[in-house]
Amino acid sequence: MDQVVAEKPAAKRKPKETGVPDNKKFLHPLMEKNYGNWKYHDRPRPGVLHHVAHSGDEIWTVRAGTQRQMDVHTIRKLCQIADDYAESRVRFTIRSNIEFMVSDEKKVAPLIAELEKNGFPVGGTGNSVTMIAHTQGWLHCDIPGTDASGVVKALMDELYDEFRREEMPNRVHLSTSCCEINCGGQADLAIIVQHTKPPVINHDLVANVCERPTVVARCPVAAIRPAMVNGKPSLEIDESKCMCCGACYPPCPPMQINDPEHSKLAIWVGGKNSNARGKPTFMKMVASGLPNNAPRWPEVAAVVKNILGVYKEDARPWERLADWIDRIGWPRFFEKTGLPFTKYLIDDWRGSRANLNASTHIRF
Amino acid sequence: MAKKLYDTPHLDQLESGPWPSFVTGIKELAKNNDMAVDLLGQLEASYETRKGYWKGGTVGVFGYGGGVIPRFTELKDENGEAKFKDAAEFHTLRVMPPPGMHYDTDVLRKFCDIWEKHGSGLIAFHGQSGDIMFQGATTENVQPAFDEINELGFDLGGAGPAVRTSMSCVGAARCEQSCYDEAKAHRAIINTFLDDIHRPSLPYKFKFKFSGCPNDCMNSVQRSDMAVIGTWRDNMRTDEALAKKWFAKHGMDELVNDVVAHCPTRTFQVKELSKIKSGEHITSVAVSDTHGIEINNQDCVRCMHCINVMTGALAPGMDKGATVLVGGKSHLKIGGLMGTVVIPFMKLDSDEAIEKLVDFAQRTIDFFAENALEHERTGEMIERIGLANFLDAMEIDVDPSMVNSPRMNPYVRTDGWDEEVAKINAKKQAA
Repeated sequence: MDQVVAEKPAAKRKPKETGVPDNKKFLHPLMEKNYGNWKYHDRPRPGVLHHVAHSGDEIWTVRAGTQRQMDVHTIRKLCQIADDYAESRVRFTIRSNIEFMVSDEKKVAPLIAELEKNGFPVGGTGNSVTMIAHTQGWLHCDIPGTDASGVVKALMDELYDEFRREEMPNRVHLSTSCCEINCGGQADLAIIVQHTKPPVINHDLVANVCERPTVVARCPVAAIRPAMVNGKPSLEIDESKCMCCGACYPPCPPMQINDPEHSKLAIWVGGKNSNARGKPTFMKMVASGLPNNAPRWPEVAAVVKNILGVYKEDARPWERLADWIDRIGWPRFFEKTGLPFTKYLIDDWRGSRANLNASTHIRF
Repeated sequence: MAKKLYDTPHLDQLESGPWPSFVTGIKELAKNNDMAVDLLGQLEASYETRKGYWKGGTVGVFGYGGGVIPRFTELKDENGEAKFKDAAEFHTLRVMPPPGMHYDTDVLRKFCDIWEKHGSGLIAFHGQSGDIMFQGATTENVQPAFDEINELGFDLGGAGPAVRTSMSCVGAARCEQSCYDEAKAHRAIINTFLDDIHRPSLPYKFKFKFSGCPNDCMNSVQRSDMAVIGTWRDNMRTDEALAKKWFAKHGMDELVNDVVAHCPTRTFQVKELSKIKSGEHITSVAVSDTHGIEINNQDCVRCMHCINVMTGALAPGMDKGATVLVGGKSHLKIGGLMGTVVIPFMKLDSDEAIEKLVDFAQRTIDFFAENALEHERTGEMIERIGLANFLDAMEIDVDPSMVNSPRMNPYVRTDGWDEEVAKINAKKQAA
């Protein structure tokens, strides 16, 4: 690793260890006034929230999609819209949507028109497909198997109408992750890199770059052991044990896991963090082997749109993807989506027996 | 004027289509910014070869050991020179946002000015840990950029084996479901651990997240070592006018199919008004002149579904606080873990109450620092040592709310049983 120390200013300014700033000064005045005293909200149209406080005060929020990785010109454009058409206070959602708050319903329509005129889609509320939670990818990550912003852009182009409408059975959260660490997180539907070949080791570099015991300890299946290769201390992999997760790659970059052809994309469904109805759930892998086909990942987009289309058609109101599958069962899920159920989808990791059907509950 | 753009046939394809394009944005920067030109060059190479070309390193600001994500290019020519030299160093500053990610346009414009001056001009709102990510600075410019951001009242977030930047939902600022002051708890906790954020020395990362109600908009149960999720203990509140308004619009079919049928404990019932019971734990409200809702709150698990559907008509109770779950994390190393209940309920409505949460967080992190193995998350540590041992160390009494069910196997040595029962009884009597 390069050891580079930032050049220090002559005076060696000490950081002001101020931590998390107070948000009060950034709140819309009505939000500060009615802090903790909101009564209910409704959604007059997709992309708009209308909150009513116990005091009788009302506030309208207009939500718009962004590209997350924003250039300063885009941010300034959003600021100009906030100053001219809203009330100069904004916030961002966890999914990188921007929200503009206004105290007058009359400001809503012109604000929406201005946002859409400038290319920011208004939506992402309620039972829409909202913006994809995404990671860094080739743009900035040191271990990515694919890009993040590009995948998200390509998919959101495809899902644009669903972002701007509220026509899904319930909200749909998506995420993408550029490696199996899954920084994108749990979602109704997630797209995650799935490597299919063990890492390719550059034995000339391991001794100098990697702390070998750390790398050995990092492997979930104990497939890595120290070895002398070509007279150099290195590491070797028991390829019959290796399940190609890539956990060794971050602490040891000479163990290259990314492969332009063999690093595939997998689709996972049914993650839900909310406690609403059932308890929170982790998502499950339902497809894999999709090519990492930049710049628009059409094969991935086709599977995503297929699953979402079947869900939209078949689920009842308020059923999240997990709730829907819970009702119709996995056989019907694979039947309706046409996705192949392969042996790789049978869990064999620790605790996996809990995922097997120990009953005669079978839908025919 | 910046240098000439490289041909970027792959990236160009990400400029079409209706969604806002980050490529168009970076190209806009590249009009007068050589770093953006070379960033596009390197990114195009990644798109062409399907490989990443960044490596880490060590770059920081004076006084801190973390918070900067160093990136050096690995795309070199035959002489070992960077192919895209103006983006050869492309470091990110992680900056902690205000709770709820609220801003005014003034501060956003100041961020832009600072980053245009010292960085690439590319800012992400926000990273997956919640940081504002100022992406793309040379090693030399990291310090002056930080100095200006810091003078603006913002501080670096966490990276590496440290307490990490936290997130809280919009919460009390604009949500009727908020059960505690998320922003206050968020700041009280995180600002207690600034040393553990800025000087990484824990076994591995430790994340806090703050959600104001069980809808858990911050995904805290799956993504944080300590999840603070708002809830309430008393009866759900009602508003008859809003209940009737909802029913008039949606009708009996939706009430039955969308609410009653989804209640996880079947405690939500629709009845003729004359048959609705009253009682200490009963919430009821009329939806029409003939029918009403009856909920036995003792059977309610506070899932939020009926409140989400009939917001305002139904609302969380008044005796609010939070449930604290510990040990959530993603896949590496043993597989994804959700947080498990460690504190079923605690009040968070006063400084003293929040101080108790801070104290619990402090003791958890101290225990984690002492007992976790290198690169082991809190959830993995608890799985290794058993929840009972963790609770014992935290001096927390066991509670059946912490489990899905009691043990399903006999493989436990129980010769301390009578003592435990005596302790529980003694505590009951003392209470």
